[in-house]
Amino acid sequence: MTETLPTSIDATEALLTGGGYVADRALSTALFLSLRMGRPLFLEGEAGVGKTEIAKVLSATLGLPLVRLQCYEGLDTAAAVYEWNYAAQMIEIRLAEAEGIRDRAQLGTDIFSERFLIRRPILQALQPADTGRAILLIDELDRTDEPFEAYLLEVLSDFQVTVPEIGTIRAKEPPIVIITSNRTREIHDALKRRCLYHWVDYPDAARELEILHAKVPHAPEALTAEIVAFVQALREEDLFKLPGVAETIDWATALVELDRLSLDPETINDTLGVVLKYQDDIEKVRGGEARRILDKVKADLAARG
Amino acid sequence: MRERGDPGALAENIMHFARVLRAAGVPIGPATVVDAVDAMRFGAVRSREDFYWALHAFFVRKREHHVLFDEAFRLFWRNPQVLERMLDTMLPTIEMPQDARQKDSARRRVAEAFLHGLDRKYDDLPPPKVELDATYAASGEEVLKTRDFEQMSAEELERAKEAIARLRLPLHEVRTRRTRAARTGPAVDLRASLRAAMRTGGDVLALKKRRQVVRHPPLVVLCDISGSMSRYARMVLHFLHAITGARDRVHVFTFGTRLTNITRALARRDVDDALAEVAKEVKDWSGGTRIGEALHAFNRDWSRRVLGQGAVVLLITDGLDRDAGRGLEREVERLHMSCRRLVWLNPLLRWDGFEPKALGVRAILPHVDEFRPVHNIESLEALAAALSDPRVAERGRRLAA
Repeated sequence: MTETLPTSIDATEALLTGGGYVADRALSTALFLSLRMGRPLFLEGEAGVGKTEIAKVLSATLGLPLVRLQCYEGLDTAAAVYEWNYAAQMIEIRLAEAEGIRDRAQLGTDIFSERFLIRRPILQALQPADTGRAILLIDELDRTDEPFEAYLLEVLSDFQVTVPEIGTIRAKEPPIVIITSNRTREIHDALKRRCLYHWVDYPDAARELEILHAKVPHAPEALTAEIVAFVQALREEDLFKLPGVAETIDWATALVELDRLSLDPETINDTLGVVLKYQDDIEKVRGGEARRILDKVKADLAARG
Repeated sequence: MRERGDPGALAENIMHFARVLRAAGVPIGPATVVDAVDAMRFGAVRSREDFYWALHAFFVRKREHHVLFDEAFRLFWRNPQVLERMLDTMLPTIEMPQDARQKDSARRRVAEAFLHGLDRKYDDLPPPKVELDATYAASGEEVLKTRDFEQMSAEELERAKEAIARLRLPLHEVRTRRTRAARTGPAVDLRASLRAAMRTGGDVLALKKRRQVVRHPPLVVLCDISGSMSRYARMVLHFLHAITGARDRVHVFTFGTRLTNITRALARRDVDDALAEVAKEVKDWSGGTRIGEALHAFNRDWSRRVLGQGAVVLLITDGLDRDAGRGLEREVERLHMSCRRLVWLNPLLRWDGFEPKALGVRAILPHVDEFRPVHNIESLEALAAALSDPRVAERGRRLAA
């Protein structure tokens, strides 16, 4: 192993913090165990709570290349694993013809060799360009269909891929695998069984404050505290889509751009679209409700000193 | 953790803990237990909190199980012996069907194999002094009723069976983005073409084709089982069982005063078994109806999980609502925007000259793509035909899933 994996849960936590990711103990533990045991880490949670970010941070802090497989409906092996470079193959056939080579068997072996193989994310992750290992991020797995999920079972348990024309390609160093899902459908138990599971929840106020400090460091302290308290209060409301951490960060960035030092009802009404992404939700909160929450937030913060 | 540093005792206790969780309904395979014990060897787990989250990472595979885990952990690791014995005393008293008992013994065998060498006799232990409070508190205002499906009359059952035997659900299909090799099609299959060209050494290049795969969208059924609907609901459940078996990606929910997901129960092959399971799970049989609230619960907790792939929704209700349609319109609109197609089945339609007077009915009506009667076998057949009708299949105004 070229890179050094964290040897304790504390070290894992420190590693993530070093990359600007504020993780709670539960996530650090799950991540540590998954790294240690070479098992994929399955992260489930609402959109915008920072699932994908973990893979990015790991890639940056461990210095490993990140290979991302963004899942979508209709994803098949040609797009996820490998494909042949047909244009190059055809030129090769033409050239062989021009040179008068008639050895068909040889031609067959030639054009179905690794030279004409286009590596898609999964193959790239099994055989990274430089020696060592890669981080494979399988993002939003719930968007694929069941057949692809079933295909992944082989890849994830043996870290190998079979190309009929070449044979089985095995990873020298199994990649570190992070799988994310927004739960638009349930992932099959067979796949979950091969992974360590962690539900990424909305952060509590203290952790969200830390995250904002790390992500939007130049925001005024009072504003940051108000934003966190306001978003936390919003998550108590009965909304269709609760704001995630990504929204909180966006909002803080937006308010800094607007040179605001603290929250006021007009600013909230004008920028609510940064935090809430459904018209119903915005209508529900805009105006009186926003004012009520803001008053409560300010009172709470004042009481705390 | 009775004796720190002694992996035997820890391994054993983790195994017992896993059994407690299993008894509580968290499915944990023996391999997972071995993994969990294995992980303790790294010596990284020092504090109780780390231990908690380490076990959590292995044993909890669903968010819903977190609460069970938390409770079990709190009880178990406070005093392992008590729970271990409590579990043992509880086991024989549970009446299990034969196959379940076999499974249990198999599990025990695996556990024993895993504990090889540790010779343990529960009989030697002093008799357990565990008192279990088995009384369940009645849940507040709602009166919960479970209804036995066996009460269905013989004739009714016969008719239902007949109907189900005759019912074929033609599958209305939509195109997916996936393609497969086909004789004709809009896309060229370069991989197959080149393979074929190899046969001639590249002299002739016959183009092979690909076309899009079609498959039916998921079907989500929301079935009203309140008092006014109960006569029809039983028949409809028979029908739902038939279609659950006939196609994949069917999700079925019942609602009265609360929303219940009965998909897993209906998945049983035998219709009587399945309906018995449903009867066990549904607690608000023949009670009042709060359509708005039920739909709200569905929109909030389930819509993203089951409607994500462009589902067709069947709403089975008479629209008679205890809340007089308050907040209902908003929820139906939301539901309509989240799905491919919303079909409303209403048994009240059997009367000629039905007028949408009830507030609930008036709230739902503007937002459905289709409105159909469902009060007898014929109407069920008509429904089957409607589900396969491609005319209204593609509708522009879906919310992005």
